[in-house]
Amino acid sequence: MSRSSHQAATPLLSIHDLHMRFEKRRSLSDMLAGRPRQVVSALNGVDLDVMPAETLGIVGESGCGKSTLARCIAGLNRPTSGDIRFEGESVIDLKGAKRRGYNKRVQMMFQDPYTSLNPRMTVRDTLREAITVHHMREGAGVDRRVDELLDLVRLPDGAADKYPHEFSGGQRQRIGIARALSLEPTCLVADELVSALDVSVQAQVVNLLLELQDNLGLMVLFVAHDLRLVRHVSHRVAVIYLGAIVEIAPSEALFSKPMHPYSQALLAAAPSLDPTARRRAPALSGELPSPLDIPPGCPFHVRCPHATALCRQEKPTLRPVGPGMTACHFAETIAGA
Amino acid sequence: MHQIEKETVLDVRGLRTEFGLAECPLVAVDDVSFQVKAGEILGLVGESGSGKSITLRSILGIVRPRGRVWGEILWKGRDLVPLDEAALRRVRGREIAMIFQEPMSSLNPLLTVGLQISENLAAHTDLNSKERKARAIELLDMVGIPAARNRLGDYPHEFSGGMRQRVMIAIALASNPQLLLADEPTTALDVTIQDQILRLIQALSRDLGMAVILVTHDMGVVAETCDRVAVMYGGRLCETGLTADVIADARHPYSLGLLRSIPRDVAPRTPLYSIPGAPPSLNALPAGCAFTARCPVAGPECRDVRPSLETTGRQRQVACHHREEALIHFSAREAAQ
Repeated sequence: MSRSSHQAATPLLSIHDLHMRFEKRRSLSDMLAGRPRQVVSALNGVDLDVMPAETLGIVGESGCGKSTLARCIAGLNRPTSGDIRFEGESVIDLKGAKRRGYNKRVQMMFQDPYTSLNPRMTVRDTLREAITVHHMREGAGVDRRVDELLDLVRLPDGAADKYPHEFSGGQRQRIGIARALSLEPTCLVADELVSALDVSVQAQVVNLLLELQDNLGLMVLFVAHDLRLVRHVSHRVAVIYLGAIVEIAPSEALFSKPMHPYSQALLAAAPSLDPTARRRAPALSGELPSPLDIPPGCPFHVRCPHATALCRQEKPTLRPVGPGMTACHFAETIAGA
Repeated sequence: MHQIEKETVLDVRGLRTEFGLAECPLVAVDDVSFQVKAGEILGLVGESGSGKSITLRSILGIVRPRGRVWGEILWKGRDLVPLDEAALRRVRGREIAMIFQEPMSSLNPLLTVGLQISENLAAHTDLNSKERKARAIELLDMVGIPAARNRLGDYPHEFSGGMRQRVMIAIALASNPQLLLADEPTTALDVTIQDQILRLIQALSRDLGMAVILVTHDMGVVAETCDRVAVMYGGRLCETGLTADVIADARHPYSLGLLRSIPRDVAPRTPLYSIPGAPPSLNALPAGCAFTARCPVAGPECRDVRPSLETTGRQRQVACHHREEALIHFSAREAAQ
């Protein structure tokens, strides 16, 4: 699907000014000293529209809030403020049957294939549980559906009656995909789906995901730190820094010409396969500041080589630059240089 | 090239490490031979279970008493295999140092980092306590920890992941080692921090003339950091050579497949090349080539006859019966894409 048709259609998922704060427990000594409660600001005003059948890649350093965003969308965390709309309807305060209906539509796949499956349930039990709880099939239809699903993710015959420990990491991730697909969702949230797998197995799982997405018309949120893979699977990519999107653009545009200085540094730091392109100095110095204490102004100014007085005072907003959106005061001059 | 004149510091010949019962051993490393020169960075690449970490641990003699090691490990001409613990301890940590994958679990959480650095200095140098403190500050400074003087009294939990890995490197460098064994030093870190640590290891190797063996599963890390590379599969070496040569022109079907499965120069969202199957388990290795079951060009003899590592060019060795077919197979695929 081309980008223009994305813009014409209405978004399937629409996120507006999403904030997520986790309050730290105050210790006794903090209370006695009268220190205020510390707050981790995991998400600071995320705005995002995702179209049906689109793959949105989400990249950033660990601790930047990309998993929190995924968990908020999947309904595993309740955001502090802001709104998440799915097919035009707010999903934050859904209750009862409507909540179950939403949970069915949006399915999450987890990072660790070893801890995300119940070791005491066979694959059949795992899939049957999901199918029967949500009344997807009745009677003999349940087992037929299990076989169908295992066929869909290309697990061998007889896999249904085995336990998770009898499978390799790649096969377990396929079971996780089958479990997510058992509810016939429209949106898949893949949080580091392949990062625990060996390189030679990663490609198998990525190929399966791409094929299923095309066949079933799914929307996929692909959260990952492997930039080469994100580039390969995504239509658009969002770069997150300290809980806010600093750049969002079509995948090819972002990877060939990043506009935000953080995106530029992140791409430069990723190891390239070209031994002639070696650098002596690291692409980005310093570390992600603590989300307990986010710098004022542009949150990236403490590590940014181009920072000025303006960056230290005023937080840039996400605005159209080139083919995408960038939150940087000087995006045009920096990208042009 | 200037590398050729440098002396070989480590010469591993026919290394074999096995575990378990003597009647039916699990052979983790099988007939592995390689050399490392002073100031050279050798990359050891392979997927999990390929024996790369056990190779490093065998060099230091830390697989005993459970593991049994055969072959020769010539450290500056002296064989380390027959040495007892007391003699090994004079080499281990002093002339050969190691850094591990997880900086959190390799540091003692109850001791300050200053103490952990001086511990190593006390064991391997004649410095008094004042000199040890000065040297500890110098080392933390060298690995790029800001305000090193104030951080000696800090505990490991007060450091971030990247900073902890720097502390590990500082401890390893305390005794001025001539060989650094780095076991996936950046796997748990973000790309930006990985980039900083790799540039640091590169600079230290260049400035101190230190030899480094870098174990990794990421071909990108090898391309950016290593002078030479050795690819391991199923406990055996399948290809060695200069990094640029191997990446531009791999010859073993496994290295060819591994490089091909990394998305680069392929149209977005097209199926990636994937090596079929999963890595073999150690108790089911064939007598012949370990890659037989997943190899697209395997013939009937591959299962039974072990291919030897043959020299095929300048500093280049490949262990495969069907080098020509492999090249034709993979170049045909390339043309099709």
